[in-house]
Amino acid sequence: MAAHLSYGRVNLNILREAARKELREFLDKCSGSKAIVWDEYLTGPFGLIAQYSLLKEHEVEKMFTLKSGRLPSADVKNIIFFVRPRLELMDIIAENVFSEDKLHSSREFHILFVPRRSMLCEQRLKEQGVLGSFINIDEYILDLIPYDGDLLSMEYESAFRECYLENDQTSLYHTAKGLMTLQALYGTIPQIYGKGECARHVANMMLRMKREFAGSQNQILPVFDTLLLLDRNVDLLTPLATQLTYEGLIDEIYGINNGYVKLPPEKFAQKKQGEASKDLPTEPKKLQLNSAEELYAEIRDKNFNAVGAALSKKAKIISAAFEERHNAKTVGEIKQFVSQLPHMQAARSSLANHTSIAELIKDITTSEAFFDNLTVEQEFMTGVDTDKVNTYIEDCIAQKDPLIKILRLVCMQSVCNNGLKQKVFDYYKREILQTYGYEHILTLNNLEKGGLLKPQTSSRNNYPTIRKTLKLWMEDANEQNPNDISYVYSGYAPLSIRLTQVLARPGWRSIEEVLKMLPGPHFEERQQLPAGLHKKRQQGENRTTLVFFLGGVTYAEIAALRFLSQMEDSGMEYIIATTKLINGTTWIKSLMDRPECQTP
Amino acid sequence: MMKSKPDEEDYWNSSKFKAFTFDDEDDEFSRLKESKQAVNSIRRLVEEDDDEDDVEKVSWSGEPVGSISWSVRETAASNQRTDREPAFPKINADTPTVSRSHSGYSLSSLFKGKTKTGSFQFSDSLSDSSVRLYAPELRKPKSEYKDYVSDWSPEETVHRMQQGKAVSLEKFRSLQDKLLLLDFSISAHDGNVITAVLIYLKRTLSKEVLFRELESRQTALRHFIHYLTETRDQRLLLELLRALGRTEDIALLQYKEHLSIADENKRRDFLKSCLSLPFSPEDSAHVQDHYTLLERQIIIEATDRQAERGGKVEIFQKFPRRASILNMPLITTLYYCCFYHYTESEGTYSSPLNVRQTFRISEKQFFVTALAARAKLKAWVDVDALFTSRNWLGFTRKKSPLGFHRVVDILQKNSAPTQVLQEYVGLVDDAELRISLAQKHKCHDIIINTYRDLKDRQQLLGYRGKVERGSVEERKINELLDNPQIRWKN
Repeated sequence: MAAHLSYGRVNLNILREAARKELREFLDKCSGSKAIVWDEYLTGPFGLIAQYSLLKEHEVEKMFTLKSGRLPSADVKNIIFFVRPRLELMDIIAENVFSEDKLHSSREFHILFVPRRSMLCEQRLKEQGVLGSFINIDEYILDLIPYDGDLLSMEYESAFRECYLENDQTSLYHTAKGLMTLQALYGTIPQIYGKGECARHVANMMLRMKREFAGSQNQILPVFDTLLLLDRNVDLLTPLATQLTYEGLIDEIYGINNGYVKLPPEKFAQKKQGEASKDLPTEPKKLQLNSAEELYAEIRDKNFNAVGAALSKKAKIISAAFEERHNAKTVGEIKQFVSQLPHMQAARSSLANHTSIAELIKDITTSEAFFDNLTVEQEFMTGVDTDKVNTYIEDCIAQKDPLIKILRLVCMQSVCNNGLKQKVFDYYKREILQTYGYEHILTLNNLEKGGLLKPQTSSRNNYPTIRKTLKLWMEDANEQNPNDISYVYSGYAPLSIRLTQVLARPGWRSIEEVLKMLPGPHFEERQQLPAGLHKKRQQGENRTTLVFFLGGVTYAEIAALRFLSQMEDSGMEYIIATTKLINGTTWIKSLMDRPECQTP
Repeated sequence: MMKSKPDEEDYWNSSKFKAFTFDDEDDEFSRLKESKQAVNSIRRLVEEDDDEDDVEKVSWSGEPVGSISWSVRETAASNQRTDREPAFPKINADTPTVSRSHSGYSLSSLFKGKTKTGSFQFSDSLSDSSVRLYAPELRKPKSEYKDYVSDWSPEETVHRMQQGKAVSLEKFRSLQDKLLLLDFSISAHDGNVITAVLIYLKRTLSKEVLFRELESRQTALRHFIHYLTETRDQRLLLELLRALGRTEDIALLQYKEHLSIADENKRRDFLKSCLSLPFSPEDSAHVQDHYTLLERQIIIEATDRQAERGGKVEIFQKFPRRASILNMPLITTLYYCCFYHYTESEGTYSSPLNVRQTFRISEKQFFVTALAARAKLKAWVDVDALFTSRNWLGFTRKKSPLGFHRVVDILQKNSAPTQVLQEYVGLVDDAELRISLAQKHKCHDIIINTYRDLKDRQQLLGYRGKVERGSVEERKINELLDNPQIRWKN
């Protein structure tokens, strides 16, 4: 089911198995038949850990979504609430429990808090007078969820907002906890590097937690050589740019959620011969996207311009394989062919899906609007006219393009100019408020607090220096056969990944000046390993680095890291962890005040 | 204004900038086609056993059968299957389910409790002496959790709280102990614990002392602010911010309240009360505008609703209003005024000119909005006048604050007829852009004239092949080609 998790350099299936084991243990604690009442938000992340079949094996017979009122009737012994520790959910649970008691109260109640139990929530249940009704109150620590063979996500959407706007460091605490769990399974990570305030906090917490467990030495041979902690606000630019890898574009255009994407159904209608296409499906087509699908693993990280060629190559291979049947003469040969059919058909259907997706995306990437937008982004990233009001942005506002699109561009201009000139800043602000509504003063203030959109405070713009030193813009990015990470944005090399790359070689000492221009401290820590656990490295053996993005990471950045892992002479393999997979749109949305109020 | 076209071209040609294009477009398209064809041909081949072709079983909605979110629907539906179609199991969606917008477990999401009758507050319930802040460990037998009164140090207490174990904060009586407790919770970075301690301090310390101590503890301070925000303890929050001298925050926080006021008159009055708040100078102007706008919208809405009901005003009969203008953005309001109140004198609230002046709308914004509104009404005379009205020196040449290609764009979106479009396409400065627009909108005259002006005989010859045989256009091209006075460049 999750074999793709174990293909990578680090077997992340261990983490998944650990999570499944804990889940089973909890379920068995409530003996007898059960119904689970889900906090709907959790079903996505849980889907990455377990399927219904696992729950069924442990006598889960019914599942419901948590909502107020009376619980649906179900002939089970146990009712288990799987919830995030949030007060409003406690109120709903209390309501559920109350209305139950009036009926017939033979059912037993349990709560499983994900990822942590909370005193305040239990307090709330107590005030509502239902705390005593629960046989089990437990927590299910789901900090880092294995997302793919080289990718872990906390699926913690509001982490950036909480850290940088509200200065709420709860997400950092969970991060540190998650890293401790990871070290318990994969060994102590000897070297820790970091850049940014949040990175510093996380490292501090990890070191302290380790001291607290000083009694018990971890006897596992370390799998990771290095941990790199990066604050998202060290690189505010990258998520604002439109991702140009296949997976990145799928996310930009349709949004990938917990590993699934919903696509317009028209292109996926299965037309059988002789059958009129009378009932086209109207519900979106939902597809799971991960490296378990061979073709997807092959093309996901390519620049979209190279996807067409890859698909047609694949098509030829598959066609040829099917043609083989003509050569099958003997019974044995035919048998052989037939035995391969299921695999070939899976490949065929995968090819069909991705050809359709590529067509959908191509319609958009070849549009004038996409081209114009990208042109402006590239102007900003190369430092062209970032100190003036941009005509394209002005026109977009005049034709009421979606506010988030405008904000992405304006923020990008601000970041590339180290803050906008006061006059330019005021102008944009007025145009935005007049066109989209004055209440967006609040959103603009949030963006200012987060550092994404601000007036220039010093007259010196250090972005050009950063760009040149880190080679953030590469003249001739090769999209088909890339030789540099800049291919993921067709020219722009993501700052965050450059920092990662330089750290591996030649080391951060070579870029001290630039590091000082970026916000927050940079640091290095070492964790002592017990004697005997020091790795004896084979000649030519790669080192493994875990890169943790605090506040989110984009698919294009992940693609760039995978590219570095695959480079023959890099000598480094990367595993990626993050609070949440983001893109410019979801990111800006998380910073808006009441985004649902925005005018369409 | 748009970057002038030649410039832009230079920029592209010289350019290091690579835009995102398929460098070999046709080829690329054909490749996709190719793989699609391959897919289709294969499909035919294996049609017979096509039913089970997916690796994973997928339900009708596309989710793999067996995934949790699918099963939630499935098992829930089996419960109430009688009243719905068996094929599409879905849980009853009558009652809104919990919002999915915020993820995770954090302060920002902890306090959104539904307030029960009266205003619920932690402080109230906690001040009840019988209530203690503790969490029973339900895994253990009951007898064991009596030890929560044990004598833990502040550090140990914080540690136990982090692990979700039973603690009592009541025994920390001295200010020094309380502050130690707070400092340890801060260094633990666990928002849950910090907040729990803050609630205890809020209850047991005087405001003055609490505020003073928080000032030197920024992390705790923000958590406290957040806690007060989420529990809607507006009064204490404002007091706190005032004590800290954070005036702009106070202003924004107050202002934010207007979003939860549905009644327009109450909202207007509330906005009015915001005017005296200590915003930054720029924001202050915006809030003033916000108030003025809503005030006006209320007046316009009342008048127009009446006019519409009265049935005497033609425009409302011909184009009934689709929605109320209340709470719409300024530019939308301007559009509305240009649509329904275009000719009004500058003295009325709903006159576009008055709106423009009051809110200092930029020339370009005004122009675009008026143009779109009049074009929508197909009032081509008004459209025309927009360009010539500024012609006070007697020139007849049309002028526009935005590029004519944008004008064409706006007109075309409002389905202007070719004759109208032609006029404006002809005014596009850049020859190449003009030709491409003219081709798009089939303005033959403009194309022909442009090629003539460029003395481009070849292009003109080529274009002859595209116009209808024996048409006026063909004759015109022939005349030009035969004209000996033109010195063709090719």
